[in-house]
Amino acid sequence: MSLQLTAILAEVAPHFDGYVYPNESGSHPLWGVLIVLYPYITGLVAGAFIMASLVRVFRVKALEPVYRLSLLTALAFLLCATLPLLLHLGHPERSYQIMITPHLTSPMAIFGFVYAWYLMAVLLLELWFDYRGDLVNWGRTEPGLRGFIYRLLTVGVSDVSPAAIALDHKLSWIISILGIPSAFLLHGYVGFIFGSIKANPWWGNAIMPIIFILSAMVSGIALCVFVYMVLSWRRRRALDMRCLDVMGMYLFYALVIDAAIEALDWIHRAYSAEEGFHVMEYMAQQRLFYTLSIGQLLMGTLIPLLTLGSLQVARKFVSDAIRTRLYFTCAIFVLLGVLAMRWNVVMGGQFFSKSLRGVMSYKLEFAGAEGWFLGLMLLSLPFIILTVLIKLFLSQSLLTSGHVPHRPDPT
Amino acid sequence: MVATVGGVLAGLLALPAARALKKKFSTSPAPSGYDASKHKWLMCLDVDKCIGCGLCADACKTENHVPEASHFFRTWIERYIIKKPAPATAAARGEVLVDSPNGGRGGFPPALVPRADILKSFFVPKLCNLCEASPCTQVCPVGATFDTPDGAVLVDPSYCIGCGFCIQACPYGCRFLSPVTRTAEKCTLCYHRITRGLLPACVEVCPTQARVFGDLKNPLADDPLQAFVQENKVNTLKPHLGTNPRVLYANLDKEVR
Repeated sequence: MSLQLTAILAEVAPHFDGYVYPNESGSHPLWGVLIVLYPYITGLVAGAFIMASLVRVFRVKALEPVYRLSLLTALAFLLCATLPLLLHLGHPERSYQIMITPHLTSPMAIFGFVYAWYLMAVLLLELWFDYRGDLVNWGRTEPGLRGFIYRLLTVGVSDVSPAAIALDHKLSWIISILGIPSAFLLHGYVGFIFGSIKANPWWGNAIMPIIFILSAMVSGIALCVFVYMVLSWRRRRALDMRCLDVMGMYLFYALVIDAAIEALDWIHRAYSAEEGFHVMEYMAQQRLFYTLSIGQLLMGTLIPLLTLGSLQVARKFVSDAIRTRLYFTCAIFVLLGVLAMRWNVVMGGQFFSKSLRGVMSYKLEFAGAEGWFLGLMLLSLPFIILTVLIKLFLSQSLLTSGHVPHRPDPT
Repeated sequence: MVATVGGVLAGLLALPAARALKKKFSTSPAPSGYDASKHKWLMCLDVDKCIGCGLCADACKTENHVPEASHFFRTWIERYIIKKPAPATAAARGEVLVDSPNGGRGGFPPALVPRADILKSFFVPKLCNLCEASPCTQVCPVGATFDTPDGAVLVDPSYCIGCGFCIQACPYGCRFLSPVTRTAEKCTLCYHRITRGLLPACVEVCPTQARVFGDLKNPLADDPLQAFVQENKVNTLKPHLGTNPRVLYANLDKEVR
């Protein structure tokens, strides 16, 4: 082999410092960008659902304009949540085995059931009960394919008497109450998949499920802010500033708790300084500097915390236009920050050897199953699905045709 | 027509059940008639006897058709070089350097550290630790990896979905995702050999008897395994993780993880 080629290969091949077990010295970590997206997307689902629950269960009336949007956002992302998992499997065609012969001691085995429960028994049912009355009405008035879809979705239940609608609302409320612990379960479970790995000091952590749930709430609320603002701008409709302010407030509170728990985790790690902490310290300072210190800490936590915190105190003195821009910026920063957090957890846990004697350098590739292009495509998919869902279920033509979407009954 | 549709439906419904049944009675590389409950296999390793020749890693690759690339090993050897402490540091030992070029297969090149700077050096053979509480088995979502009654931890390649969870859960780096089968792969103790009365390939070729293998339920008159346990103070890797490895090491240094 020529010297030049050797030099090129040395540059392209992963670089290791120190000693890593031979089986860990492949060209890239076993779990790549797809597994980074898996907890990210699942977290967005749980967070968006909890956002909707604020309206339904906790009766936060100011958030009513984003109730249905939050539920549809949760659905769009939930439909894509298992896709990264399936794509990364060595044998995706065998994935059904998780459902028919689950190994009950495995955190991953139960995820299929938790996912199915959440999709079938919570989200779809809540949406159906909430929309049923409208679906019946739209089915009668809308022509063509659109009308056919609405009629199909009613599954033949066309009773729109006040008593039937009241029952819908009651059932929807009950499902929503069930949905909150289910959303916690869904994403807490994802956290447990990592937290249960005692072989890896970066992952094996009792509060990993809590951290995942809190960061999910943060990212879900930020996603709802983002989607609501983009949709309003797209439709050239005025933003409901009260709704936006309340979303900003909840984002701030969720961020405070999330940042506090994550800080506690790091303080505990640093103080106890157990075996392997020296590697984690090195990782945080060197290998993950940009995604951890800049992405997760500065951009995803400190800047939004300070901005949203200041707005809680001095909202009156900031004009609507500036507040709008600040909320939008914070939402994007938080979304990117939580994505960075998922990267730091998933990839950070694989950048060092379980021998605790070496670390690897890794550069995300463009193409391939673990490339950033496929990741970007997968991340775009829920937004495409959401666009279709909005066109079908939050269409302006439906709103203006005299059918006012259901508002939860405050009594 | 109805009967045909019913038959097809019944067939479709029976398919998962049949697969589940197959899983229940999954096959292993053991010959028919082999009774796993009558054996308890164990491998022990003497660090002081290993000379780092790499024959074991080589034999394992050949015997088990392990992919050739330098990041797929069912067994490998690590070289530890503990340097003398720097002057005036008042430390007992200096820097620890570990390497395993190509898994130690083909031996080790001369150390880059001058001989005068070396306090101590030794080789450590590694393989599946045969944990009593194996985390890899615990986390497998479909039960494709399992503990056999005779002490091995095996993977059913026809059932593994290739999620890699077991690879992440193994604290010792003993598993890898095979690029050939796209399933998890690991040391089987050469199950196809030991169930036919042969030694694992690595034990067979070890020139210094650093690897000792035997059946705890059927000890021989001059059983090397019994002698090993009697004569040595033994230790396991990463005991603090509670995996209870069954693979025992004699003369293990604290630096080995």
